[in-house]
Amino acid sequence: MKAENVIEVNGLTKAFGDFKAVNAISFEVKKGEIFGFLGANGAGKTTAIKMLIGISRPTSGEAQVVGYDVFTHPESIKKNIGYMSQRFALYDDLTVNENITFFGGIYGLSRLKIREKRKQLIEELGLEDIANKLVGSLPLGWKQKLSFSVSLFHDPKIVFLDEPTGGVDPITRRQFWEMIYKAADRGTTIFVTTHYMDEAEYCDRVSIMVDGRIEALDTPKKLKQQFEVDSMNDVFLKLARNIE
Amino acid sequence: MGISLRNIDKSYKKHLAVRDISFEVNSGELFGLIGPDGAGKTTIFRILTTLLLPDTGQATVAGFDVVRDYKSIRQSVGYMPGRFSLYQDLTVEENLTFFATIFGTTIEENYDLIKDIYEQIEPFKDRRAGKLSGGMKQKLALSCALIHKPKVLFLDEPTTGVDPVSRKEFWEMLKRLQKRGITILVSTPYMDEAALCDRIALIQDGEILDIDTPEAIVNKFPKTIYNIGANNMYKLILTLQNYEHTYSVFPFGEFVHYTDKRDHFEIKALKSHLESSGLQEVTMSETKANIEDAFMELAKK
Amino acid sequence: MKRFIGFIQKEFYHIFRDKRSLFILFGMPIAQIMLFGFAITNEINNVDIAILDHSKDATTEEIINKISRSKYFSIKQMITRESEIEPTFQKGKIKAVLNFEKDFGKNLIVEESAKIQIITDATDPNTANAITNYINAILQNYQQSINKDIQLDYQIIPETRMVYNAELKSVFMFVPGVMTIILMLVSAMMTSISITREKELGTMEILLVSPLKPFQVIIGKVVPYIFLSIINAAVIVLLSIFIFKMPVEGSLFLLGAESVLFIITSLALGILISTIANTQQSAMMISLMGLMLPVILLSGFIFPISSMPVPLQIISNIIPAKWFIVIIKGIMLKGVGLPYIWKETLILIGMTVFFIVLSIKKYKIRLE
Repeated sequence: MKAENVIEVNGLTKAFGDFKAVNAISFEVKKGEIFGFLGANGAGKTTAIKMLIGISRPTSGEAQVVGYDVFTHPESIKKNIGYMSQRFALYDDLTVNENITFFGGIYGLSRLKIREKRKQLIEELGLEDIANKLVGSLPLGWKQKLSFSVSLFHDPKIVFLDEPTGGVDPITRRQFWEMIYKAADRGTTIFVTTHYMDEAEYCDRVSIMVDGRIEALDTPKKLKQQFEVDSMNDVFLKLARNIE
Repeated sequence: MGISLRNIDKSYKKHLAVRDISFEVNSGELFGLIGPDGAGKTTIFRILTTLLLPDTGQATVAGFDVVRDYKSIRQSVGYMPGRFSLYQDLTVEENLTFFATIFGTTIEENYDLIKDIYEQIEPFKDRRAGKLSGGMKQKLALSCALIHKPKVLFLDEPTTGVDPVSRKEFWEMLKRLQKRGITILVSTPYMDEAALCDRIALIQDGEILDIDTPEAIVNKFPKTIYNIGANNMYKLILTLQNYEHTYSVFPFGEFVHYTDKRDHFEIKALKSHLESSGLQEVTMSETKANIEDAFMELAKK
Repeated sequence: MKRFIGFIQKEFYHIFRDKRSLFILFGMPIAQIMLFGFAITNEINNVDIAILDHSKDATTEEIINKISRSKYFSIKQMITRESEIEPTFQKGKIKAVLNFEKDFGKNLIVEESAKIQIITDATDPNTANAITNYINAILQNYQQSINKDIQLDYQIIPETRMVYNAELKSVFMFVPGVMTIILMLVSAMMTSISITREKELGTMEILLVSPLKPFQVIIGKVVPYIFLSIINAAVIVLLSIFIFKMPVEGSLFLLGAESVLFIITSLALGILISTIANTQQSAMMISLMGLMLPVILLSGFIFPISSMPVPLQIISNIIPAKWFIVIIKGIMLKGVGLPYIWKETLILIGMTVFFIVLSIKKYKIRLE
C-alpha cells in the first residue's frame, strides 16, 4: 500500500534570466514523514521552498503540495499548510493569548474552535502562567515552541519549518524536536531545513541541494554508508568537496 | 595582549543581561564564548570593544581599561559584529580599501595576514558585497577586521547561519591566525565549534556556567553516557522518559544520550525493558560526553 | 587626513549607487520648480465672466469692450435676468458677474453717478479679490478717460505701482520659497537618513570601534551633501532666470554665499535629527513632519507671516527658513546687499552654531 504523497515534485525549475536558482529537482515526501531539506546558503533551498508554499511561481516543471498544483492553485496550498520561520514569528507586542487568537483567525477557524484549541495548546505547552504576557518578553526558546504550535493550529497536513532552531539553547532545541516527533507521530508531515547537522539525523529522509540541484536524497543511515562517514556533517562536507 | 573581565554586570531597561562575569583570555589564545541567543555574548563583546559601559566591574583589553582608555582600544582591535556588517553597495575591494584607509594602512601593507582568506574571494572583488553568499561575506568581514593587523580580534557569532562547509573553513582560518600570535575571542551558539578552541566559557542567561579547556569540561561530566539506538527514535525517547531510573535522555543525531540515576546498573536489564516496550534493533554502548552534554548538565542547575 | 578622504569617497559611492536618493536629490527639486512655476499661479488670466446688462447703451458697450479686450477676462455669457446669476455661478465656470443697472449711460450723465455691481465667486478668495481689483482698475481707467475734460478742484489720483514684481507674477514669490524648501529637505533629510542608515545596518558599530573620530564621521557624512546642495541651488536659480525670466537684481555672489550658509544650517539640523532617530524611517518622518510642514506653513512661503496670529508669528522666528526666505527675496527681487540683510544673516549663523554645538553634545560615542 503506497503511502499518500503530500509533496510530489518533478523537474521543478526556477530561473532568473539565464541563471537557474532551482534546476529541475524531483522528489516526493510521504505523509507523516520528517523530511530534511538541506543545502548551503545560496544552493537554492529558499527559492525551492517558496515555490512549494505557493508564494513564488515556478518557471517550469511540476509540483503538487497537499494535492494542489503549485501553478494553478497556490492559494489553496497556502490555506492547507503550516509555516514557521525564524524571521516570521509572532508579534512581540501582543500577548500569548492574543497571538494565538489572531493567527487562528487568519487560518479561518471559528471563534469557538479558536477558544477550544487555544486552551488545549496552552495546557499542552504549560503556558498557563504566561498566557497574558507579551510574547516579546518571553525567552527565545518559548517563542519558538509557541510559534511551532501556532503553525499547527489549523491541523494542516504538512508544516514547513525554515531553520526553526537557530540560536536556541541545546535543551530547548531538543524539546522542540520532541514536539516535531509528536506532530509527525500524529500524521503531520514535517518539511524542515536546518544548519544543525545533528538535526539532519532526526529526519526520516534528507535531501541535500547544491547549486540548484539535489545531489543526495536518502535516509541518513544510507547516506552515511554511501559516503563512508559517521555523521551527516561529514556527509555534507564530503559532498561539497566532491562537487568542487 | 590579553583580555580580562572582573565582576562585570550590565542591565538594559530593568533586564539583567549579564551578571558577575569574570574571566581572562591569555595573549595569543583562541577563546570561545559558547552559548545560545540571549545568553549575553553580544553584550560582553560590546563592553569589551567599548561600545557599552558596564554597570559595575572592570575590564581591560591589551592592558587598556575599557572605560578610561577606550580610544586606545578602538584604534588597536579588530571587530566583526554579528550579521557581518559590511557595506552592501560597495564592492569587495572597495570595502577592504575603506577599512584599510580608516585604520591608516593599505591593503598591501598587511596583505600576508589575510592572503589565504582573501584569495578565496578575490575573483569576486568587483562584486557588490550585498550580492555575496553567506560564506563569502564572512570571509570578507574577517579580512576587513584583520586588515590593520590588530593584536586582539573580536568575532561575534561569525558562523551563525552559515553552512557547515564554510564554518569548517572559517575555523581553519582562525587556527592559522592564532599561530601568528593574535589573541582571538570568538562567540558561537554551535557547541561543536567549542572543541576547536583553546579554552571556552559556557554562558547561559547572562551567567557563566564554567570556564576551562574543552577536554577538562567534558571530563568533568559527572555521569557515564550511553548511546542508545532503536528503530523508532520518538518511541525510544518517550519510553526512556517514562523509565523510572532515567536521569537524562536527549537525542543526539541517530542515537540518544542516556544517563541513569544510579551509579551502576545492568545494561541488559535496560535493553530488555526497551525491547519489551516494542522497540527493535536496540543498541547500547558507552560513549564519551561532549560539550553539549556538559552544557545541558550545567544549565540544568 | 587620508582616513577622512577615504570616508568621504565611500559616502559618494553610497549616494550615486542608490537610485532613490539620486532621484530625491536631483529629480525632486527640478520637478517642484517646474510645478510651482508653471502650474500653480496666483495670477488671473482669461477668467470667465458673465455680464448682466440692463441698459444695453453705448456706455455699457464701451465698458464691456474694454473688459473683453483685456487679457485678464473672457466674457463667456450674457445673461438677462437677476434670477440667472445664482445658477450661472453654480455651474462653476463663471467667476464673476457684472451687473449694469438700467439706464446706466443716462444716469452717468444726468445724475453724475451710475452703479455697477461686481459679484464674484469667493470660494477662492484670492482670485475673487484679484478680479474685483482688476475690474475696479479698468473702471477707474475708463472713468478717467471720460473725465478728461472735467476739472475737479481737489482730486486724489491714486497711482498704483507694484514694486519689485510689477506683473505680480506669482512665480517670483514661489521660487525663493521652493528653493528654501528643497535645500532644507535635501540637506537635512538626506543627511539624517545617511547617518541613521549606518546605525540600522550595524556598520556604525565598526566605525565607532576604529580610529575615526566622531567629528570626522559627521563631517564626512555632510561634505558630499554640501556639494550636491550647492549644485541643486545653482540649478534652481538658473532655471528661474532662464525659464521663468525671474530677475536676480542683487549680487549672485552674495546669493551663493547666503545659500551655502543656509545649506550648512540645514545640514546641522540633519545631524541633530540623526542623533535622535534610530532608524531611517523615523529620520525621514521627523524631517518631513518636524521640518517640512512648519517650514511650508510658518516661514512666509505661502502664507504671509504678518497675517498670522501673534503666537504663530513668534514661533515662525525660530524657523531658519523664515530668515532665509527674507534674505533670498531681498537679494533676488530687491537687489539689496549685505547692509540690509546682515541681521538675518547673523541670526542664521547663530542658529547654525547652536545646532552644531547641540549635535556634538548629543552625538553618542557609545551604543546606548
